[in-house]
Amino acid sequence: MLIFTIRRLFQAIPILIVASFLSFALATVSGDPVTNKFLLRNPPPSAQVIATARHNMRLDRPWLAQYVDWLWGLVSKADWGPSIDGLVIGSAIGHALLVTLRLIFSAMVLALILSLASGIISAYRQYSKVDYSFTFVGFVFLAMPTFWIAALLKQGAITFNNAWESSFCPGDASCRPIQTVGEQSIVPPSGIFGTASDWFNHLILPTLSLALITYAAWSRFVRASLLEVLQSDYVRLARAKGLTPRRVMFRHALRTSLIPMTTVTSLTIAGLFGGAIITERVFQWRGMGTLIINAIGDRDRYVIMGWLLVAGFIVVVGNIVADILYAVLDPRIRYE
Amino acid sequence: MSETSSSTGTASAARTAALAPVTTGPPSTGGTTEREFTVKERSQLSMVLMRFLRHRLAIGSLIFLGLLILTVYLAPHIFGLSYTALSNDASFAPSFRYPMGTDELGHNNLALVLRGAHQSLNVSFVVALMSSGFGAPYGAIAAFYGGKVDAIMMRIVDVILVLPFLVVVGALAEHFQGTWYTVALLLGAVGWVINARVTRGVVLSVRNQEFVEAARALGASDVRIIFRHLIPNVTGTLIVQATLDIATAILAEAGLSFLGLGIHSPDTSLGVLAQQSQNAIQTRPWLFYFPCAMILVICLSINFIGDGLRDALDPRQTRQRR
Repeated sequence: MLIFTIRRLFQAIPILIVASFLSFALATVSGDPVTNKFLLRNPPPSAQVIATARHNMRLDRPWLAQYVDWLWGLVSKADWGPSIDGLVIGSAIGHALLVTLRLIFSAMVLALILSLASGIISAYRQYSKVDYSFTFVGFVFLAMPTFWIAALLKQGAITFNNAWESSFCPGDASCRPIQTVGEQSIVPPSGIFGTASDWFNHLILPTLSLALITYAAWSRFVRASLLEVLQSDYVRLARAKGLTPRRVMFRHALRTSLIPMTTVTSLTIAGLFGGAIITERVFQWRGMGTLIINAIGDRDRYVIMGWLLVAGFIVVVGNIVADILYAVLDPRIRYE
Repeated sequence: MSETSSSTGTASAARTAALAPVTTGPPSTGGTTEREFTVKERSQLSMVLMRFLRHRLAIGSLIFLGLLILTVYLAPHIFGLSYTALSNDASFAPSFRYPMGTDELGHNNLALVLRGAHQSLNVSFVVALMSSGFGAPYGAIAAFYGGKVDAIMMRIVDVILVLPFLVVVGALAEHFQGTWYTVALLLGAVGWVINARVTRGVVLSVRNQEFVEAARALGASDVRIIFRHLIPNVTGTLIVQATLDIATAILAEAGLSFLGLGIHSPDTSLGVLAQQSQNAIQTRPWLFYFPCAMILVICLSINFIGDGLRDALDPRQTRQRR
């Protein structure tokens, strides 16, 4: 298994290199950071200033050499390249990634729990009222834009906070049970427990909005895959043996139906990054979303390239984890 | 698959008819027995249509969406609603005169929302056409040839899937001035990979069936087998996937525009409207909720139609339906 994991990681390297070249091409097409920065300066800066800025951004090098320089610098010196906004790209991405991964991970866990629970109930009571209402709710969330769910939750929380404040602690503006803005308090509370509860409180709403979007797709999948398994012969045999429905469901059917679920989960990771960008925007988090939106606005190409490389790496790692889980869930699959 | 069986059925019937002696006397025994047992023959299409028509939610959605499309494309011209026209009635709540209210500059919100829906529908149709038109043949070719061709073609898909498409499209759309067709072209340029994967999967499952072998035995070229035999046999999946593409494209365009990376002012879109009004939810809620609700009803009805089509085109999935 270990050898398989290492081999898969090595196989991922060419994909990441091609992806990084694509992102380089994309970043260069999207525009020139120096021109963009000095576009609205009046009076226009001297040729000297522009030339220095172009040199600092390595724009005076031939096109392909820019990519090779960047890749070589990254591999040999862990140098992520210059930024027109003066960011230290490596640490900026690292910091933002910790914030965003917190959101993505908790949303995945919550979406998985929700979709498994509702999928099992739907499959168990197919065509019942519960099943129909779960299906309908899933359809609605599937059709809802991410920013709307996020904004609705935010509005709901604000209303709740105001009601709470006026009834329990009037006049105290800091008295808010649910945090609606930011990834942590501006003055974070001290102590490990304080930080953790602060993070948790700020996570509630963004996690819920991202999880509900993801839940919509996953719950339908769990239901369909479970229904298919429940019709198979071995499940009928298990029932005929007189096993309890609970045991048939959890020990026999669920495990098999989870196998395709791993693929779906790993395929969603790239989409979750997109959803996280929008969610972060609504809740004003300073994570990967803010980083990439600013970078795109300023045509800050090495930030864009680094961002895409890191996101791509996480997606690839997610796929490998899914492959490993595949083998854990399905004893027929053995990687040698 | 049932299409093949029905077409072979017709072929065999035609053959018996051809073999039967052309006489004015009583028909041959073979002919009569076949008549006795043959119920009125239904084409694949009419069966699909019948099953689809039974799906009340899907039919309702189809009618609703049709009316909505007509309204979105025609109403602004008929009623003279202009999304750029300003009036002195700033920040009016929804009323009989302004069914969706007005914004802080006096734009009629109904005209804005209709314009946004217009853009969304335009984008989504282009994306669905591009994704199916390129992704489906791509996936079918990869599946048909298999081996090295398949490996290389699918690695390309993998590379594109690794990059979050929202960022890829956003970074490029920024450069191309954010008109609806550039956003649509960019979304289509990355969206086809999903169709390619799906098509590859279903073509893999039918490419070893007898009808492909029969076509090859009859001397059909590879191109003919792919485009006349394989792709028509997986049309059901492709149509359902196209409906999913439409809904995804509408949501993606709205998300991009919401982030300020898609369609820009002076033009507008549902995402732009939501973004502009998100800070005024408390004071002018109608400006935020109507564009969002528009996205919801469009995507919801498209998903219902897709669901009905899935049931109608693939009866195996609904074996248990009462």
